[in-house]
Amino acid sequence: MIERRPLVLGDKTYKDITDDICAPVEVLPSKGWILLFTGAVSLFAFYLTHMGIILGTGMGLMGTNHPVGWGTDIVTFVFWIGIGHAGTLISAILFLFRQKWRTSVARTAEAMTVFAVFTAGLFPLIHTGRPWLDFWLLPYPNQRGPLWVNFRSPLLWDVFAVSTYTTVSIVFWYVGLIPDFATLRDRAKNKIRKLVYGVLSLGWRGTTRNWSHYEIVYMLLAGLATPLVLSVHTIVSFDFAVSGLPGWHTTIFPPYFVAGAIFSGFGMVITLMVLVRAAYPAFKDYITIDHMEVMNKIIMTTGMMVGYAYASEFFIAWYSGVEVEQYAFINRATGPYWWSYWIMVTCNVVIPQLFWFKFFRRNITAMFIISIFVNIGMWFERFVITVTSLHRDFLPSNWGMYEWSWFDTAILCGSFGMFFTLFLGYLRVFPAISIAEVKPVLYVGKKKGEH
Amino acid sequence: MIDSIIDKVNNLLRSPTTKGVVGFFDDDHECVVAATKMREAGYKHFDAITPFPVHGMEEAVGVKRSPIPYVTFVMGLTGCSAGLFLQYWTSAVDWPVLVGGMPMFSLPAFIPVTFETTILFGALSSVAAMFAFNKLPKVDPPVLDPLLTCSRFALWVPSTEPGYNEDKVKAFMEELGAKDIKSGEF
Repeated sequence: MIERRPLVLGDKTYKDITDDICAPVEVLPSKGWILLFTGAVSLFAFYLTHMGIILGTGMGLMGTNHPVGWGTDIVTFVFWIGIGHAGTLISAILFLFRQKWRTSVARTAEAMTVFAVFTAGLFPLIHTGRPWLDFWLLPYPNQRGPLWVNFRSPLLWDVFAVSTYTTVSIVFWYVGLIPDFATLRDRAKNKIRKLVYGVLSLGWRGTTRNWSHYEIVYMLLAGLATPLVLSVHTIVSFDFAVSGLPGWHTTIFPPYFVAGAIFSGFGMVITLMVLVRAAYPAFKDYITIDHMEVMNKIIMTTGMMVGYAYASEFFIAWYSGVEVEQYAFINRATGPYWWSYWIMVTCNVVIPQLFWFKFFRRNITAMFIISIFVNIGMWFERFVITVTSLHRDFLPSNWGMYEWSWFDTAILCGSFGMFFTLFLGYLRVFPAISIAEVKPVLYVGKKKGEH
Repeated sequence: MIDSIIDKVNNLLRSPTTKGVVGFFDDDHECVVAATKMREAGYKHFDAITPFPVHGMEEAVGVKRSPIPYVTFVMGLTGCSAGLFLQYWTSAVDWPVLVGGMPMFSLPAFIPVTFETTILFGALSSVAAMFAFNKLPKVDPPVLDPLLTCSRFALWVPSTEPGYNEDKVKAFMEELGAKDIKSGEF
């Protein structure tokens, strides 16, 4: 029989868990945090400035033009929304599968989801070109007829999918936080803290009747978020797959996009968890090497699923006998954008194979570097899908290149500023590990009474 | 006028309290055992206060299964039909626009939005139901002991218990092995 490994290291009591997890929220920020936060806020300010210039001057500042009408905005939107998926996978799908290891990473992974979706959501809104009219995306009674939105368009499905996903993710995350806010409220030594966390905890009391309703609602939300998260990236892939463009018009897109989303999201979870472990050494007892190893296995598995999808696309292009479809794929790998294709394959398929070796799965430096490659590779995957398919379609007279501009670079890099500003802020004010969820798994893999 | 409105809001948000007796435990298992004995002794309105959901406590206290799933089901169906109806009415009734030769009521194309509204209604109403059943949100809930959201467990017998007698309850709690038994408001 394989023995269960402990999920929480060290001889801890319930009180120790509360103290460890609350400590980062209750002390003044460290120099390292201030440094990182200053950097993130500066990058965020840089982002907002360039966004302002783009809004003021027009979309023409970015590289999107005929024939590549979808560029950095859409590529980066899909990149960020994909990252969000790992958070929901950990918090909802692994919850339904009773994977107890999820407890210590769920909170931060879900924070990542919420912030990644915030970051992603801005891009299509800017991409419309006239963001001040974005409310036209909603089906509201208007004085133009009323002229309603086109419910047969995948782009509109996306509006519903992303807004539902944002709402449900925030609610799910917040419901998980309520008992922990109550813990912080009861620990608070000064009045303002007590008031703020008191309000945030919504008057939580922790009676059995409270917990009974709470646990049911948590399970229901997990059950609802599971099909939701799968639907979101499916619908994002419909944005491409429902069109008639060679390279986009394929039935493999929904599962391929979902696998890619989970792959990229776990890449980002590893990146962030390495940083969290470095910043708060006490968390190493909760987010253990075993946790990291499990996630690395998921990265390797989903990486191979993505690799399979790449191969399958080529096979189907050949098997279909459609000349333009075949050309679209040969052009991807050998055309003017060959480098982006091979960066994608190297980062997503080749490099994660290192996780076959236990050394790489359990070495923090190694997994950090690999996770960065995964992030880069998955951005390039969306670049390859979007740009290489558009730049050469049916008619050679209609071919062109994507004119990458300084503003594309600025908003791509700047979006990381927004994400990290939110994330670092979260680490300061919210308990980064779920206190009420870790306590029940304290004795997993240990014998009670030996502590 | 304004003061009376503020007072009303305050009263609406203030957590109602009752007097009663509380006894503490340092171990979750001991608390479950004590709760079981308390239920078997005929107590009806007592409750346990714990920092996390304790395994087996619902059965021990005798809490019935939460009815929230019914709310989710009904509201999910509502969201489903509302989403589908919105699309039908706007696309086929109010201002039909021919798109790509598809029928005015193009059901397959309406599935994604219908699905999303189902999930949205189901999720938000489940949380709303949880708030309603738990009487949240409130401010200033009574705190019997700050460690009750950290490492301590407690049994609480309110004065609304049939045949409530403070001394008897205290003696019974003592028998169950509770510590720091005291009268309080919760």
